[in-house]
Amino acid sequence: MCLAIPAEVTELLPDGMARVSLDGVGKVVSVALVEDVAVGDYVVIHVGYALTKIDPEEARHTLALLAELAAAPAEGVP
Amino acid sequence: MKYVNEYRDGRLARSLAETITRIADPAKHYHFMEFCGGHTHAISRYGIEDLLPANVRMIHGPGCPVCVLPVGRIDAAIALAERPEVTLCTYGDLMRVPGSHGTSLLRAKAAGADIRMVYSTLDAIGIAEAEPERQVVFFAIGFETTTPPTALAIRLAAQKKLSNFSVFCNHVLTPSAIQNILESPDVRSLGTVRIDGFIGPAHVSTVIGTEPYNFFAEEFAKPVVVAGFEPLDVMQAILMLIAQVNDGRHEVENQYVRAVTPGGNARAKAEVAEIFELRKSFEWRGLGMVPYSGLRLKEAYAAFDAERRFGIDYVPARDNPACECGAILRGVKKPVDCKLFGTVCTPETPMGSCMVSAEGACAAHWTYGRFRDHARRKAS
Ligand code: SF4
Repeated sequence: MCLAIPAEVTELLPDGMARVSLDGVGKVVSVALVEDVAVGDYVVIHVGYALTKIDPEEARHTLALLAELAAAPAEGVP
Repeated sequence: MKYVNEYRDGRLARSLAETITRIADPAKHYHFMEFCGGHTHAISRYGIEDLLPANVRMIHGPGCPVCVLPVGRIDAAIALAERPEVTLCTYGDLMRVPGSHGTSLLRAKAAGADIRMVYSTLDAIGIAEAEPERQVVFFAIGFETTTPPTALAIRLAAQKKLSNFSVFCNHVLTPSAIQNILESPDVRSLGTVRIDGFIGPAHVSTVIGTEPYNFFAEEFAKPVVVAGFEPLDVMQAILMLIAQVNDGRHEVENQYVRAVTPGGNARAKAEVAEIFELRKSFEWRGLGMVPYSGLRLKEAYAAFDAERRFGIDYVPARDNPACECGAILRGVKKPVDCKLFGTVCTPETPMGSCMVSAEGACAAHWTYGRFRDHARRKAS
């Protein structure tokens, strides 16, 4: 029920709506709850609404940290 | 899928598990509760429990809105839908939740009630506009994730002056439920489960941020790590919780930085604050009456409140007495402790709410865990 999926904004539409692409499948959702949405942004979609933007910088950061944690020696984790 | 598949890498998960095993102190036991059904689902689906050392255990919490909706509210929704003038719009997850005496919205629909599954609150608004002769009621449930979409729909209905749209509001708040798990009177009768830390909700936190959890970290001295729903997110969160326990810290940390900020989504929060106010108390399945844990429409939006429009008088109803959902939602019992599990109660014929949604502890265990139990029994 609270699951949501990241989707890429492909077109901004009138009335706070936007077209998004979910792995190539197009869908129209509301972006009225999120500030400053632009084409190319990734947003988290839940029940037809974008809830937040995904920060690409932080996403990369988390992946780098995960790789580091997985390889970390016994000392100094995390 | 971008921002999904990268966080499901099996090789990385196995080496993370090795790191967890290395830093977990063999002399200690770690009990962490994942509040959210989304995490329960990920933990079962990806077999995360199997990757953890024996002294690190996950306890499934009450965080699935379908699972915590009390029977009386389902009964009220069915009664609403049975009124000839009403079209009840609902999210698909709610259709099979059992009400009293073996009823459900699905059965009511089969018997002729006008019940429509919608994907979004905007679909419900669309139906109200297209069919002005019908009274369209949106059966709203969910945590802070689903509340802003309901708020927006109500504001839209007010703008459009829709006189045939209303909301049966059952929205509930995550922090009150976590608090209830830690300190309610039922804790005494059901017994407590030891909790050394919480994995905080993913998408709920995109809206409320990480700040509301500071209270638990301070007041109850429990670490909280807000985490995403992918398996690597969950494993990193477990690692972060173990590190906090080892260091004797109890802080709020954010694993899901790519989507969650400390303050959350200000616009969504403002939308909710404009439309809703706290109820003094609200009944949760499994947790009983929880003070200040539910929302209702403010006076200014009373015209869109289905409870007022249709004079819904809430009558609490009893759960199936053999169903252990209550203890399961508190983490005190496991699905297999319930006599009905897998016999009369399966996802096809759910007796309790934990079996209805894929995020419920019983359904997750039925789908992904029972074969593992079997294999373990055979091995021993
Ligand atoms: S198995 Fe069914 S009846 Fe038993 S606790 Fe789970 S949902 Fe309730």
